[in-house]
Amino acid sequence: MDTDEEQKTTRPFWSGTLTFGLVSVPVDMYPGNRSSRVPLRMLGPEGAPLARRYYSQKTGKDLDADQMVRGYEVDKDKFVVVTDEELERLAPKQSRDIDLRLFVKRETIPPIYFDRSYFLVPSSGSEKAYRLLVDTMEESDLAGIATFVMRGKEYLVAIFPENGILRAETMRFPDEVRTPADIGLPEMKKVPKATVTKFENVIKKKTKKELPRTHLKDEQSDKLLKLIEKKRARHKDVVEVEAPERKEEKVVDLMEVLKRSLQGKKRKTA
Amino acid sequence: MAARAIWKGKLKIGSTEIPVKLYSAIQDQTVRFHILDDRSHMRVKQHMVDSETGDEVPNENIQKGFEVEPGTFVIVDDDELEKLKPEASREIEIEEFLSAKAIPPEYYDRPYYLGPDGNNSAYFALVEALRNQNKEGIARWVMRNQTYVGAVGAIGDHLVLFTLRNADEVLSAQDLPRPAGRAPDKREINMAKQLVALLEGEFNPADFKDEYRKRVMEFVQQKAKGRAPKLRAVKTKRAPASLENVLSKSIQSLKKEKKAA
Repeated sequence: MDTDEEQKTTRPFWSGTLTFGLVSVPVDMYPGNRSSRVPLRMLGPEGAPLARRYYSQKTGKDLDADQMVRGYEVDKDKFVVVTDEELERLAPKQSRDIDLRLFVKRETIPPIYFDRSYFLVPSSGSEKAYRLLVDTMEESDLAGIATFVMRGKEYLVAIFPENGILRAETMRFPDEVRTPADIGLPEMKKVPKATVTKFENVIKKKTKKELPRTHLKDEQSDKLLKLIEKKRARHKDVVEVEAPERKEEKVVDLMEVLKRSLQGKKRKTA
Repeated sequence: MAARAIWKGKLKIGSTEIPVKLYSAIQDQTVRFHILDDRSHMRVKQHMVDSETGDEVPNENIQKGFEVEPGTFVIVDDDELEKLKPEASREIEIEEFLSAKAIPPEYYDRPYYLGPDGNNSAYFALVEALRNQNKEGIARWVMRNQTYVGAVGAIGDHLVLFTLRNADEVLSAQDLPRPAGRAPDKREINMAKQLVALLEGEFNPADFKDEYRKRVMEFVQQKAKGRAPKLRAVKTKRAPASLENVLSKSIQSLKKEKKAA
């Protein structure tokens, strides 16, 4: 069973087919977001790197991936086991592709639905059909909408062209988005005109053309990195352990993986 | 049922302060599974072990370090991390405004509703002002030991506050090369445009339901009663014929569908 939460390799997050009409475009999906948090490693008292392990409550012994299953709690402490295979088979056939049955003007999608961002890149051999779809969408300023099942979950996605590449934004389903009435927010009453005008004047005075990217900095992470550099320079709290032979591929630069696959080069299978 | 506020603050715009309550605008419906021990079917537990020896390391002996080069760590302790936390505040300061569609979708992270917490008339006046001007305010605030940048906008008659991802968290297609491969010719583009035009419509969120979630839940319920249905194996299929051929077939069949409808 796959218990890894984070993608640590150069493999695509998902591989499948994008279709519009009867045209099918095999694609690979890669994450378009990444964490900006400073990755701190858990270490033992002597500095030895630690690993998180699952263990059995019953025997106290550590469990390997194939000794664990997925269970849904139907009653307190009573579980129904569901296998990866069952989850895969439960997906209706037509839901395994991203079938673009609807195209909408891209600015008509309310941002409250947007969740996470991915890139869809052509997998080898599909470059031509891929470019055809991208060029067509760019010229008509449309976003494609579809639902599909990936890794045991159904997704609603909006697909946008961006610099010749398709970005897939996963969206929340409508029953996952609350309305003001669900929350019990009070209804709008008549508002004093003077206050509205006062706010409108502030808005006009402070309106900018675009959002400066410098506003979107992770200041806490920057501060932490500075502190780390300072301590390193002063040789304070620096521990050295034997660099372990890493079995799994080291965290890779996502941008590099994307660039490689877009240039049609074979991914390295390290 | 009225929802619980998760935070209270003051929205600052110009010299006016509007007291607000923050509510999550989303309710995740993902089917949640637990990880179980295959033998006992009991929930598994987690612990931290030395990755070389496999020995358990108790929580009180764990320290955190940043790997500056392979095998070399700089230790950071909890006091140091505590000092990096921003100063607590209740102010959501709106610093500037942008056109409502100026922020690319990939920057939007989590949506929250803001509800009035006294001074309802100022709250609704701001809704109206944002609506009239078709603008979003860019706000900065500290909540639960974290600094956020967000966008305040009007949805219907109420205020929504989106947290925004920071620039390092969003990969930009502008930094990527355009895909390789031959450009489609005019004929193909025109046909593809026709095809897409036939599929153009309006975005109606209510048209989309998570059918798979329902299927999984039904299957789980049946399995709980010991009546799980047999599921068919998944077959993989193979690639089709020439692009132009497929395009013209698609257009024809969609036109037929439209006529029939």
